[in-house]
Amino acid sequence: MKKTNSAILVAVFLLAGSMLPTAPRAGAKAKPPAVGNTKGVRAPSATPQMPRFKFENFTTANGLPDNHVYSVLVDGDRIWVGTDNGLGLYDNGKWKTFTPKDGLAHRAVLSLALDKRTGDVWAGTMGGLSRVSGGRIDTYTQLNSGLSNDVVYGVSIEGENVWVATAAGACRLNLATSEWSLYNERNTPMNEIWVYGVSAAADKVYYAVWGSGLLEYNQRTKVWDKYDDPDGETEMVLFKDQGLIHEITTSVSYLDNVVWAATYFGDSRYDGRYWHNFLTKDSGLPSNFTNVVKGVDANRAWFGTDKGLAYFDGTNWAVYRPSLSTGKPEMTVRDAQGKITDVPVTSAPSHHYILNIDFQGSDIWVATAHGLSHGVLQH
Amino acid sequence: MIGSLPSAHVFSLKARVFTTLAALALLFLCVGLAPNCRVHAQVDRSGERLTYASPVEMLFSPEGKRLYVLCQGSDQVRVLDTGTFQEIKAIHVGHIPRGFSFSPDVARLYVANTWDDTISVIDTASLEVVATWPVGAEPTNVVEDHAGKYLFVTNRISNDVAVLNAQTGEEVKRLAAGRGASYITPSPDGSRLYVTHVYPNPAAQRGIPESEITVIDTWRAMVTERIPLHGIAHGFHIAFSADGKLGVAATLHPKNLIPLAHLEHGGAFADTLQLFGVDIGPAPIEVPLDELERYAARPFAIAIAPDKSRLYVTDGGSENVTVIDIPKLLHFVRTHKPPFSTDLAASANYVITRITVGNDPRGVAFTPDSAKLLVANRLSDTLSVIDTHTNRVAATISLDGPKALSVLRHGEQTFYTARYSFQGQIGCANCHIDSTFDGLTWDLEPDGFGRDIVDNRPIEDLKGTEPYKWNGGNPNLPTECGPRTEKYFWRSENYDDLTLTDLVTYVRSLPSRPNRWRSADGDLTPSQERGRALFERAQDKFGNPIPQANRCSYCHNGPKGTSQKSFDVGTRKLTDNSGLLDTPQLTNIALSAPYLHDGSATTLEQIWTIFNPEDKHGRTNDLTKDELNDLIQYLRTR
Repeated sequence: MKKTNSAILVAVFLLAGSMLPTAPRAGAKAKPPAVGNTKGVRAPSATPQMPRFKFENFTTANGLPDNHVYSVLVDGDRIWVGTDNGLGLYDNGKWKTFTPKDGLAHRAVLSLALDKRTGDVWAGTMGGLSRVSGGRIDTYTQLNSGLSNDVVYGVSIEGENVWVATAAGACRLNLATSEWSLYNERNTPMNEIWVYGVSAAADKVYYAVWGSGLLEYNQRTKVWDKYDDPDGETEMVLFKDQGLIHEITTSVSYLDNVVWAATYFGDSRYDGRYWHNFLTKDSGLPSNFTNVVKGVDANRAWFGTDKGLAYFDGTNWAVYRPSLSTGKPEMTVRDAQGKITDVPVTSAPSHHYILNIDFQGSDIWVATAHGLSHGVLQH
Repeated sequence: MIGSLPSAHVFSLKARVFTTLAALALLFLCVGLAPNCRVHAQVDRSGERLTYASPVEMLFSPEGKRLYVLCQGSDQVRVLDTGTFQEIKAIHVGHIPRGFSFSPDVARLYVANTWDDTISVIDTASLEVVATWPVGAEPTNVVEDHAGKYLFVTNRISNDVAVLNAQTGEEVKRLAAGRGASYITPSPDGSRLYVTHVYPNPAAQRGIPESEITVIDTWRAMVTERIPLHGIAHGFHIAFSADGKLGVAATLHPKNLIPLAHLEHGGAFADTLQLFGVDIGPAPIEVPLDELERYAARPFAIAIAPDKSRLYVTDGGSENVTVIDIPKLLHFVRTHKPPFSTDLAASANYVITRITVGNDPRGVAFTPDSAKLLVANRLSDTLSVIDTHTNRVAATISLDGPKALSVLRHGEQTFYTARYSFQGQIGCANCHIDSTFDGLTWDLEPDGFGRDIVDNRPIEDLKGTEPYKWNGGNPNLPTECGPRTEKYFWRSENYDDLTLTDLVTYVRSLPSRPNRWRSADGDLTPSQERGRALFERAQDKFGNPIPQANRCSYCHNGPKGTSQKSFDVGTRKLTDNSGLLDTPQLTNIALSAPYLHDGSATTLEQIWTIFNPEDKHGRTNDLTKDELNDLIQYLRTR
């Protein structure tokens, strides 16, 4: 993949909200957050029982700072959203917006992470990295700190470390020592330095690198490793389930010793020994063009694509979206045999172009190119 | 043990000159041989090494039989019998302790040791140190929550609050505080902790100083709120009324954005209190303590009478305790529209009296019956006992220790007092907080109004860094501390020669604080090692020789990192009279932001990412971001 093609795709990512048609919006009134788990909550019989949601959608019409929502973060009862025009906080039914006037690094907030120990929220923006702590915003940029680049696509917190994915390499801020460590083509197996996502845990840290596959940092040995598409930098799939599906990696989610990786040409799951690839032709993915993947556990994950929100329960798939043709809410279920069934629903995410996902108990929050959606699990 | 303050005037002039010179010689020998010798082990005029107690904080045991006195100078907690004020035991703790508190059951006494980066745990039954726990950089105060789950420690240098497991001392996490996190006070119900900071938060150059009170939910151990303190650079102790409805913080409000021209034309600081809580409303209200000719220089600690009738504030530089009528204070703030923080007529509405105590009064403690208020006079080694009915000093308790006044001790007293400035408004310690710096920039008169805005440089380990001032205009400390200070700052009486000598001796004796980025064995990390190579390099990355004067190590050479010469590094502003600037020393450079002569760089990185476009401040524009990070990692070890 040539860099020019990459740039076009990034432009698609960033400008999607303005380029894509507006989807119909379901009821916008917020409900208190639900708790629980999607396990055991099933759709009607005859099809695999997959979770059904009532989607409540937010746009600027009901307080969202901007309709272009890049990221969403659940913080207990509060919801943070990174939009193209500020950082929004939904708390007690009201929206509050933080902008550069409040100290935010940039109006466009691409990524969010919560430090669960301290309650601090980290926001990766188009102009640096910001920490929101007790209402105060501290900003780190490539000019005032050791941050490698101001375009921060991803951020993840692990212990005292803030792991950052930027347009010019990866980096780590140690909060105890204030030391920045930069990772790029000079000290890692990273061929490209366009780093799109990061998922950090106590044992390993994974970076999704645009054009350079998946990068793994072993926290114990302090050694980097790299996972590439065994087919090379092509869109062909010659060696399915032999490795990462593609080099254009956009998102990674690591939990329960399993890596879920998204690319613009399909997705992958890696358990440390075996790879499994997911493509539209042999899975329930609505599109291979995947912006985000978020694992629920080792077997279940959610995928945000350009053609809808998808859930994989380890066997079956469900897709939630406004119809690509009519805009009406739709939910489809694909079973293990590939049988696809329409499930009647009355609501859907506010747009089919999905950019980010987070969980609130059994509920789901979805950032889209046109609005924010709260999926309330239906019992 | 009841006595008076030691006199500073017990020597004849000849004897003072001789002994001062002898002491200076011994001091410099000491500094030369042992650069890390403790600042508080002082040399008497006779040459004897003296250790003063320097009490800073006090705690009564709940039944009132014991008084615990935290002695910063002797690294001790002294336990006194409150019936006789005789010493029961002196417990040695870590180096330069600054704060202490009981566990909720009073079984333990926790002491924050600032230079050891430790917490000493004292068993109050055996009066022994039973554990020493490592914490962050320069722990300054410590509080355990009511549930006995967490210990909260303010770290002044790392600007955070460490949360420790109260049983094991294991660090659980750190909470981001403001810059210079120092004093921590629980609300009466224990549900919240309130943290103040001795340095202002980072701000744009010549921006209004901003500080905060960081509010921590003790149950969740998370920061829930930050009460903004607009215009405030330095915060000290907080106290709450017993009903929890009134919180009061002691603060310093600098007037650094206007020329520091004439103390008689408005002064350099407002000494203020921040009132907050239910009694006040949603936003804090700042009230002044100063009155014309009766300033309350450097307010530090606060005590509120249990019946909420009186409020007592120690004023370190003014050497007194300001007594405030709380109902009148509340009436004033409810009937007047702020701001009035610099109104010298305001305090007459609520200040009852100002009680003279000892040198540099710090911590306060009520006796259990509240009939007496004790004040720790740090630089007198005494405790003043104030009768709260008469508001008079009923007695002065002298702590065991040297009675003679050493050169250094007198110099330190001179440094911390405001008595030499016009109307007693300010002292050296106003801008050099606890003998460090203030994180501010100032517009000083000698260079012309609006000209030569200057960053306040730290004063650690100054020997071998002369000349002084950013323009290198003062060749030595006697000039810097003497005529310059007297003429442009104090606007009042001159020091006599011996007082100036003692002051200079004290300033010159200040050691550098332990460097937190340098390993104990002196080894550099790989990043620091790479940075050192960049610092010392003679060729750029393209193989081109770097002119000698454009190498980091040329101007910043020697152990202190200064050639003691002036250079133009391309940072001159339109308001600067000259581009030639004295090369600042690099001692503990990581601590003293902002940077450059005018404080225009808020971080070390900005020196080179913004203010070195033509490579005049060293050849750096060939460096990658990782290499610049390495260089900064090395600089932090200096």
